[in-house]
Amino acid sequence: MKALTSVVLTLVVLVLFSGCSKESDDIGIGPIKKVELGPLDKNLAQKGKEAFEMKCVSCHKFDSKLVGPPLQGVTQRRKPEWIMNMILNPEQMTKEDKTAKQLFGQYLTQMTFQNVTQNEARAILEYFREVDGQK
Amino acid sequence: MKAKYFLLGVVLLTLMLVLNSCGKKNKGPLVESDAANKVYVEPGKYDEFYAFVSGGFNGQLSIYGLPSGRLLKIVPVFSQNPENGYGYTEETKPMLQTSYGFVPWDDSHHSELSMTDGVPDGRWIFINGNNTPRIARIDLSTFKTVEIIEIPNSAGNHSSPFITPNSEYVVAGTRFSVPVDNKDVPISSYKDNFKGALSFIKIEPTSGEMSIGFQIITPPFDYDLSHAGKGVSDGWFFFSCYNSEEAYSLLEVNASQKDKDYILAVNWKKIEELVAKGAGTDKSVTYYKNKWNEKTHSATSEVLKTVRTLKPEDIKGTLYYLPCPKSPHGADVDPSGEYIVGGGKLATVIPVFSFTKIKSAIEGNKFDGEISGIPVLKYEEVLSGEVKEPGLGPLHTEFDGKGFAYTSMFVSSEIIKWKLDTKEVVDRMPAYYSVGHLMIPGGDSKKPYGKYLLIMNKITKDIFLPTGPELNQSAQLLDITGDKMKMLLDFPTVGEPHYAQACPAELIKDKQVKIYKIEDNQHPFAIKSEKDARVERKGNEVHVYMSAIRSHLTPDNIEGIKVGDVVYFHLTNLEQDWDIPHGFTILGSNNAELLVMPGETCTLKWIPTQIGIYPFYCTDFCSALHQEMQGYLRVSPSNANVSISYNTNK
Repeated sequence: MKALTSVVLTLVVLVLFSGCSKESDDIGIGPIKKVELGPLDKNLAQKGKEAFEMKCVSCHKFDSKLVGPPLQGVTQRRKPEWIMNMILNPEQMTKEDKTAKQLFGQYLTQMTFQNVTQNEARAILEYFREVDGQK
Repeated sequence: MKAKYFLLGVVLLTLMLVLNSCGKKNKGPLVESDAANKVYVEPGKYDEFYAFVSGGFNGQLSIYGLPSGRLLKIVPVFSQNPENGYGYTEETKPMLQTSYGFVPWDDSHHSELSMTDGVPDGRWIFINGNNTPRIARIDLSTFKTVEIIEIPNSAGNHSSPFITPNSEYVVAGTRFSVPVDNKDVPISSYKDNFKGALSFIKIEPTSGEMSIGFQIITPPFDYDLSHAGKGVSDGWFFFSCYNSEEAYSLLEVNASQKDKDYILAVNWKKIEELVAKGAGTDKSVTYYKNKWNEKTHSATSEVLKTVRTLKPEDIKGTLYYLPCPKSPHGADVDPSGEYIVGGGKLATVIPVFSFTKIKSAIEGNKFDGEISGIPVLKYEEVLSGEVKEPGLGPLHTEFDGKGFAYTSMFVSSEIIKWKLDTKEVVDRMPAYYSVGHLMIPGGDSKKPYGKYLLIMNKITKDIFLPTGPELNQSAQLLDITGDKMKMLLDFPTVGEPHYAQACPAELIKDKQVKIYKIEDNQHPFAIKSEKDARVERKGNEVHVYMSAIRSHLTPDNIEGIKVGDVVYFHLTNLEQDWDIPHGFTILGSNNAELLVMPGETCTLKWIPTQIGIYPFYCTDFCSALHQEMQGYLRVSPSNANVSISYNTNK
């Protein structure tokens, strides 16, 4: 009986949680639905570096964790849309996106929206690609 | 046995009756049962109106939501505010500079919203500094004091800062007459040497920047309040004045001798034309104008040296005295502009003047002599009527836009509601206690929002839980939508409110600045990336370029500071998120804290006097790791050989 109860409860919890989180683990949740990647744009990456050093560097390094996770290899770990949505929509992402929620649980500091435009977010993505050695 | 029960029954019944009647007595007819519903704003919902209530002797401006009476903010204006460093930081100190030096306090009496077409437009609010005559402008997109101008030839800037219907001018009438350019003269030469200056401060229409257009130099009466004409009386201004006796000692008695004092009617549009044609003389004076710059996040002071002054003979045909019983306080103009109501605080009637009659009396030369070249109009010729037996001590009147006026009666501690056309009193409501000013949202404009009346009382006594000898002043909110006024709410205020203004929240709430863009920060000591954080020594000056973001300060380990160094902490808040300020302070700081808004830079000056380790930290709870947002600074002896070094996470 006890076992049955716990199975039912687990099921209920699972159903509830899956109901809450959206099916968005690939591209994340936010304004970016599709990013077309071309060959690395060095100028764009330079702009991204400038924006990163103004608005992101206080919390992120590439090779080790700081306030937030290390960013080396992020373009291999996540889809480009997910990266941009995380930059542009961090509060909703840490509440509703499965991966972002896990990271929030791990780092316990809410990533903040730093008034980054979509163009800047795209440039930062290009900078990440450059750091990750993409051509 | 039975008798015992009977007795008990009688006692119980009696007790019930007594208690019941006591309850009724306490409740009284004052508040009706639906009052709570009318002022309750449920969690998450907004108030309908912003109310801007002057701070009086705290020198600030308090902002409340109506109808709830919830305090939303206190904006520092004329007084230093350790809570956010206003008047303490290097950036804000120039805001409080005057020709008398740095003045850290004032007495702020009357707030006035900027207007377009005679109604509040939600751009700025002005407020007067009474003691060291100044007018401040507060920007309603940031709720920050952005400009303060000093008024020369003035003392006790009380009749201020009332505004013209299109924000052309705010005025500053002096409460104390003083010698022009404040000369060293015997006080007994009052009648010859003292003058009453009325200053008209021009408002630049887009930036809001203030400059003194002209000053009218009048006989040495005491100016109390004023209001601009509007509608039919647009182009005119009405200033109440007392002490036409020209007393300079024991005014309580000596300035209350005559049956009538005056309201001075000023045709400012005509004066403006005359000034443009060169009327008047430029007097050399010294006064300050302090401006805030939202790009550099800093204030600058400018010292100005001349002001255009006008004597009555320079501007003939623009000034007229209306006789007004007795020591008038309010000079209030109804929404149409036709009626000017004088609040003679020692008078037994409330005189209501007619602008139409004023015009025809001027045209028909219906004068009763003149004072220093200013014609005195005949009382009966300009009077529309008197409100008879209004109560005691009429002070100030506002309008509901539905044909009624509401006047505060200080001595008899009540509000009266009366009909503008018949001057008939239709309702009374007691005030708890001794009401001063009152305010209807938009109540001095062309279109009052005649829903609520806020009264500001001078005496609190038993209204709230007692708090020792000093009690905060009480404000009370009345529903004025029906025939009878209904008391809804009372709430304590901060400082001593005099006048207030209110406007619909819609005018203001959606244009709030939420962050300062870090890209646009032009502060000379700003850093736009944590990578630029550093410490630089220049002789005995040390500049710390520090950044703050949740949840660390960079650099957070600093060495090489020596006793006697002048240390400037320039803290840039790198956040770009609404409502995430960071604070800053350091052990033993003889200064206030910094409270730095997102994207802003603020500077704390600190001169260490003892060697040791000095912890510093963020004072505004910002995140789960706020308590970790801290650092250490090492202070070495002045002759030590410790060079500047700094780091974070090394």
